[in-house]
Amino acid sequence: MRGTADRASAKAADRWRFYTLAPALAVYLLLALLPIVNLATMSVHDIHWQQGAARWTLVGMKHYAELPRDVLVRAGLANTALFALIAVTAEMLIGFALALFVSRIAVGRVLYRTIFLLPILLPGIVIGAIWKLMYNPDFGVINQLLHLLGLPGFDWLGSGSLAFLSVIIVDVWHWTPFVFLLLLAGLETLPQDIHEAAMLDGASAWQELRDVTIPMMVPILVMTLAFRLIVSFKVFDEVYLLTGGGPGTATEVLSFTIYRRFFTEDRMGYGSAISVIALFLLTLVIVLFMGMARRRMHAH
Amino acid sequence: MANVRWGRLGMHAVLALGALVVILPVVWIAFAAFKTQIALLRGDLVFTPYLGNFEELLFSKASDYPANFLSSAWVASVSTAMVLLIATLAAYSMYRLRWPSWVPALVLMGSLVFHMIPPITLVGPWYVMFRSIGWDSTYTALVLTHVALNLPIGIAVMSVFVRDIPIEIEESARLDGSSTPQMLWHIVFPLVRPGLAATGILVFVFSWNEFAVALNLTSRQTATVPVAIAKFAQEYEIKNGVMAAGALLSIIPAVLLLLFAQRHIVKGLTAGTGK
Repeated sequence: MRGTADRASAKAADRWRFYTLAPALAVYLLLALLPIVNLATMSVHDIHWQQGAARWTLVGMKHYAELPRDVLVRAGLANTALFALIAVTAEMLIGFALALFVSRIAVGRVLYRTIFLLPILLPGIVIGAIWKLMYNPDFGVINQLLHLLGLPGFDWLGSGSLAFLSVIIVDVWHWTPFVFLLLLAGLETLPQDIHEAAMLDGASAWQELRDVTIPMMVPILVMTLAFRLIVSFKVFDEVYLLTGGGPGTATEVLSFTIYRRFFTEDRMGYGSAISVIALFLLTLVIVLFMGMARRRMHAH
Repeated sequence: MANVRWGRLGMHAVLALGALVVILPVVWIAFAAFKTQIALLRGDLVFTPYLGNFEELLFSKASDYPANFLSSAWVASVSTAMVLLIATLAAYSMYRLRWPSWVPALVLMGSLVFHMIPPITLVGPWYVMFRSIGWDSTYTALVLTHVALNLPIGIAVMSVFVRDIPIEIEESARLDGSSTPQMLWHIVFPLVRPGLAATGILVFVFSWNEFAVALNLTSRQTATVPVAIAKFAQEYEIKNGVMAAGALLSIIPAVLLLLFAQRHIVKGLTAGTGK
């Protein structure tokens, strides 16, 4: 009797093991994997809507052949790479300094952390709206401050390289707090006594930072850097609101190119081809970082 | 020692400056929301509060903002509830129901990679898929995509909390003859409540803030708040005050959660990235 009951309950356990994981698997299969496969299929078709149904015409590699000549794609690729590099470098430097300072002060830690959390929780669109008003050349607060100091104002979003810089500043405002938070969490896990011992040994704050804190933080720094670099490919909301990719192609990033080609111009096949290339490049970057991470682990 | 004191002072100065840089833009937009167009254009620092922007936003016939607000609330609530349920079940399954070790490894790896993909690359195929089955511009489609986008962070955070459930409690419940559903209901869900709070807050805010998908998958009837704010920025180029008012109202949930649930947010954000 007991044997059958055990077997029955083992069977029930097996069933539940599957039932509990199945919803998550279904979401990933239907809303992540299937769309990615569809993306590849769409990229070799021309797609048009007729009475609510999509009509697909096979065009082979036509879209891919067109990509290298597309001005927006070229600008989007170059700008996305440059954007990621500059913005993330700034975020890492400022974020690490702020995290270090907050970890070293006695009073005000929670207050600063609360304040610095704010940008992470704001909608990207609202951040765009705020900065669009602040950048306004006529009544924006930034030019007002400059005028107060007797300096000339700028057309922050209106001219090429300055617009690019302005968008980067907004991204730094948005994401430095996230870097700060991760690095602060990392700093708080470091053994406190090593830091104190170094200080007692008469090491200057700078020596201690260079020889003790930073070496111990390297894994967390690298992880945060990799994560931010990869996720910075997502930038879309702020660009949409602030510049729409302009002036010209000065702030065109790849996400925005995809949106423009796919939705604004209704070229679904071609937009999919750009997406496929974007995912391919992203995969390259991810594999590269994972390879580096693995080598580091072996080295230790 | 004097050195140390100056160092401390310097650190506080830098931090205070950082805090100002974070807060001032938000304060400025709050002021802008209460200014008349003229006061805004003149850049008045002292002004009489003016409620016209809010009146236009909330009560004018041309404004969809109240409907947008309800859309956002509905989509964020439903997708958050679904993420919490699906993620907790998955985390429990992976860590407590003896899968071969490659199964959780594969799910977590897939989660992480999926989380890194720019949503805009998936919006296209989502749009074609949902439109083909007649679900374009429905809440259902938007909710499902928000569930997908936020499931990775949900699984990551809930995994941390599920792994913290003492295995002894579970074993003794098993010996008492609890089935898996009873175990989930009486033990797992009550014990991971702090995790549910941390995950729930983050997912709600992220869904509330999401723009790229909502922009392309909603119609005027189902548009969410970020889509509405983006419209103000484009169609009503001159109505900066109304846009500021819309932006201000839209960040109320985030600010309230920040003030009252800061601890949960920190836990969720740092747990979600594998610390």
